[in-house]
Amino acid sequence: MSPMQAPSPRPVSDVTMRSHPFPMQTVEEKKPAGELAKLSATNLVFHYGSFQALHGISMQVYENRVTAFIGPSGCGKSTFLRTLNRMYETIRNARVEGEIVLDGEDIFKLEVSELRRRVGMVFQRPNPFPKSIFDNIAYGPRINGSVSRSAMKDHVEQSLRRAALWDEVKDKLHHSAYGLSGGQQQRLCIARALAVNPEVLLLDEPCSSLDPIATAKIEDLIFQLKDSCTIVIVTHNMQQAARVADYTGFFLMGKLIEFDNTTVIFKNPAKKETEDYITGRFG
Amino acid sequence: MRHFEQELEQLKGKLLEMSALVEAAVQRSVAAVVQKDRSAADQVFRDEERINALEMEIDEFAINLLATQQPLAADLRLVVAALKINTDLERMGDLSVTIAERAISLLSEPVIKPMMDIRHMSALVESMVRKSLDAFVANDADMARSVLASDDAVDSLRTASYHELISYMEKDPQNIPQALDLIGITRSLERIADHSTNIAEDVLFLVKGIDVRHHSEVR
Repeated sequence: MSPMQAPSPRPVSDVTMRSHPFPMQTVEEKKPAGELAKLSATNLVFHYGSFQALHGISMQVYENRVTAFIGPSGCGKSTFLRTLNRMYETIRNARVEGEIVLDGEDIFKLEVSELRRRVGMVFQRPNPFPKSIFDNIAYGPRINGSVSRSAMKDHVEQSLRRAALWDEVKDKLHHSAYGLSGGQQQRLCIARALAVNPEVLLLDEPCSSLDPIATAKIEDLIFQLKDSCTIVIVTHNMQQAARVADYTGFFLMGKLIEFDNTTVIFKNPAKKETEDYITGRFG
Repeated sequence: MRHFEQELEQLKGKLLEMSALVEAAVQRSVAAVVQKDRSAADQVFRDEERINALEMEIDEFAINLLATQQPLAADLRLVVAALKINTDLERMGDLSVTIAERAISLLSEPVIKPMMDIRHMSALVESMVRKSLDAFVANDADMARSVLASDDAVDSLRTASYHELISYMEKDPQNIPQALDLIGITRSLERIADHSTNIAEDVLFLVKGIDVRHHSEVR
């Protein structure tokens, strides 16, 4: 993974990092020691038609870390997540300004299929293909031609193991994916995303339709995956953000109000808006 | 007000009740010594039971809040600080009982030395207790810091008094039982001051989210 190039310095007014008291810092200058920026957004503005959903977001996603976005419905956290692999491009009248770089490369100049291979996504509701478990995993590598036919069996096993699903499905690989439970289907979707060896995994409320046991399995999985992947998760469940994330960003009305270490956000946030939201005194 | 906020207010209320009882116990135990007031000592013994019961009640209440509400940020700091302050208050109650017991044993004897040191020390300790609890009630970080500043003065008074009492014992072995009682009293007062310091540190954690214990941050 190539080192991040610093974006050109631009003022950032709506992000707080408490260790740096001066507001006119670039996100690069705010980066904690020892962290490498995997993704870096600068002054990202997003419109759905005439509605402005994001107001100049500047932040970095650090490599091999879990970053959580929290905030009330409609705050822009999912919109921001979707810009990171240009998933918004399927939405009519959506337009984006500003800069996002992945390992120093402008994502808007990358081939979109290449970007989405490198930055995978898992959605709120499990969405397996109407195919066998095996074919769900093999689908991406087959299209990419990244795995040979003879190596595919091993590759499927490895992907399912990485998603902590192998032991539960190894005897029914050729059964329909629809026969799995919700939690298993979600891990299958994660395995499917992992099968193309993404560098970043975007998770959009991945546990909101799962029971606590399935949720715990996914959270354990997130913890294991960060060794090989950079993870960004949007969640409504603040305890989940507190449990899995290294860094947490709080969004409100299209702005990134505060971004800091997860423990700082949940123990002693700097901004009143953050405090009000996470203690339930919001609105 | 949301149900959870009401519960946090209830938690604070219980802690304030406990604070009032402990503050009074410290004052009465000192009065029992310096004014030879037996009824004050008796009241300290009676209140100890309520203080112990409140300690258990507050612990249970706070643990239930952690389990059921998963508080965060300022709410989390309040519940954690409440648990710690609760323990300090109960110990202060116990130390008041120790002082009151020594006071009773001193009642029957003529004093070997004027109680000036004890008056001076107890005035300082009582003010630390009061300020630490006021700082908690008012979320006042500056007042909490002022408590931390007094702790060293109490320690020096205790050390000076200790050396003086040793010299009384060396002069006349008849003085030993009374001097030991007085040493016990100054020791208990000094420990009450330490617990007040702990409470002041917890208040700084509660208000500012900082940890100043063991000089981990400039006070």
